Amino acid sequence: MPKKRSSLHDQSRPALVLMAPAGLLIFVFIIAPFLLSLGLSFTNQRLVPNPNLPTSFQGFSNYLRLFGNAEFWQSFRNTFTFALLVVPLQSALALGAAMLVNSRLPARNVFRGIFFLPTVLTMVVVVVIWSNLFQINGFFNAVIQAVTFGAHPGFDWLANPALAMPSIVLVSVWQGFGFQMVIYLAGLQGINPELYEAARVDGASRWQEFWAVTMPGLRNTHIFVVVTTTILALKLFAQVDLLTKGGPLGSTQTVVRLIYETGFRKGQVGVAAALSVVFFLVVLAISVGQRVFLKEDREVA
Amino acid sequence: MASLSIESLRKSYGSVEIIKGVDLTITDGEFVVFVGPSGCGKSTLLRMIAGLEEITSGELKIGGTVVNDLAPKERGIAMVFQSYALYPHKTVYDNMAFGLQIAKVDKAEIDAKVRDAARILKMEHLLDRRPNQLSGGQRQRVAIGRAIVRNPQVFLFDEPLSNLDAALRVTMRAELAKLHRDLGATMIYVTHDQVEAMTLADTIVVFEGGVIRQAGSPLELYHQPRNTFVAGFIGSPKMNLLPVTVVAATADSVTVAAPWMTAHLTVPVEPGRLAPGSAATLGIRPEHMAAGSETGLITGQVTLVERLGHQTIVEVAAGEGAGVTALIDGTRMTAVGSTLPLTFSGDDVHLFDADGVAAVRLKVPEIARARRERPAA
Ligand SMILES: Nc1ncnc2c1ncn2[C@@H]1O[C@H](COP(=O)(O)OP(=O)(O)O)[C@@H](O)[C@H]1O
Ligand SMILES: [Mg+2]
Repeated sequence: MPKKRSSLHDQSRPALVLMAPAGLLIFVFIIAPFLLSLGLSFTNQRLVPNPNLPTSFQGFSNYLRLFGNAEFWQSFRNTFTFALLVVPLQSALALGAAMLVNSRLPARNVFRGIFFLPTVLTMVVVVVIWSNLFQINGFFNAVIQAVTFGAHPGFDWLANPALAMPSIVLVSVWQGFGFQMVIYLAGLQGINPELYEAARVDGASRWQEFWAVTMPGLRNTHIFVVVTTTILALKLFAQVDLLTKGGPLGSTQTVVRLIYETGFRKGQVGVAAALSVVFFLVVLAISVGQRVFLKEDREVA
Repeated sequence: MASLSIESLRKSYGSVEIIKGVDLTITDGEFVVFVGPSGCGKSTLLRMIAGLEEITSGELKIGGTVVNDLAPKERGIAMVFQSYALYPHKTVYDNMAFGLQIAKVDKAEIDAKVRDAARILKMEHLLDRRPNQLSGGQRQRVAIGRAIVRNPQVFLFDEPLSNLDAALRVTMRAELAKLHRDLGATMIYVTHDQVEAMTLADTIVVFEGGVIRQAGSPLELYHQPRNTFVAGFIGSPKMNLLPVTVVAATADSVTVAAPWMTAHLTVPVEPGRLAPGSAATLGIRPEHMAAGSETGLITGQVTLVERLGHQTIVEVAAGEGAGVTALIDGTRMTAVGSTLPLTFSGDDVHLFDADGVAAVRLKVPEIARARRERPAA
């Protein structure tokens, strides 16, 4: 009898059954590829098998090769520079746009649509538009020439090592901020409007109101936006591949693009796998770090 | 402290008029309660006084100064919100101090004021907590404390007790009354709770659809409602409003008859527009009816019995359709389906003309005219 009773209350079996589909997908598409990469990273596996050079175990030689490679360090530097620029810029722009759209502006719905538009465009379309703006005789240089009355000819934006990365940042921020704006909008609408009224009665200026009500009220939203934007930023690939191919002088090369080049252009799958493993661990550490340090406020009064 | 005067105040959102011309004078130190059904514009009017809502037209004076175009902080008001609206990330101390900190008041002075308010509200031990570490009643106290710290001329409350449970509401009600006595401040209080209105107010203002239907002391409204709306709104259970026909009118009384009444009833009122033959409405409060022995002015089948203990609420079918609610002695034996005779006196009832306007009652208990004596502030 007791056995029957306990099986009635034991929920671990149904729980396992319910988790199984999701668990299977995570295993097939995340854990298994990672383990596969981990295995490959210790070999000299090539994309196109070479009968004269059979795949063999190489120990940590792929890793050692990476750490001694300047391109590896540059790609990491570039990727993190990009993330450190994009995350605050994009979040600030998204928050500003969300506040504008959330105000009582008569045309707020028009703005909402306009701001969200870049997000629904694919990156390829966005890049086509922006590469035209960045042309030597494109829009930006036309503006520079106009405001300097022709004294300054403008820049070769994407070919200048100092300007290429900022240009990529600009495109990315513009393409991506609409999504964060929608999240911020939801956050703003979750703030008790009476708090703004209390602040007005207390005599707060708009600026004080922003710091006393809006920013604290968006705490959880900020955390979500920063964490997701960071991960998206670290995956930078398409803009770079389409606009600069990592150049000039590797100034826009990113980790993901380096993995792609190493594995699919040079065919060095083993080295690319090692790079993937390193990158995976770094991203994992950042995500876990953010989770730990940015504790969400669960209880919101 | 200050008086407040409102002159033909109006508020429209686009083409929809919400406040339709309100005139009201509030004297220094008065406790005024706005009541009315939901959506009648009580909060809107309060927010117009606070400066949170623009005034479409009319004039608002606080302490003799026109404040129509002043910002909330310049009006000398403090407001307690329904949701308390405490800054969630600030401590209780900083919640109360925020307004003074913004105004760059001297730190020692802020400290003295915050601690003083905390002492008045007996919450000195809560100053370091955050709002999410407080109970509903404590949050309420902090919200009131924040208002006290501002040392306003007028306190504004928008349904401050509606988020509390019944027991706490009774306690906080008593504390608010005490606070008003202690501070002697002018207070305007919005509620839909009749008991709060009756117990707290010097003056109750009854609103309907953006206009004042009557303003007066609680017992004035109870004994001399000026129209059927106020008559039905003040008092619980609700006043019975039943159709009658005037059969005779003299200078100081009107006699009415109705098919649901077994006899004529003479009511001591000024007849006004109530001429013989005209239709009228008779208002009888349930508590002014009693269960008769054999015959009553109304005799009918009991359709509902609710026993409260010391009293019983019964509903009696009087004539076709009309149900009459009476509050009778709790020891009276009755049951649904039995026949119950009900009696009442003409001295206790109210008469309204066809437009719902009350005829002036000539026999009113003295207490209806008494004003609450106020402590010398
Ligand atoms: N910003 C607004 N725009 C349009 N209508 C409003 C606005 N605020 C309130 N109202 C309307 O005004 C009326 C009165 O509202 P309110 O003053 O909140 O009523 P209550 O007496 O219940 O406090 C309601 O019908 C409400 O729908
Ligand atoms: Mg309201």
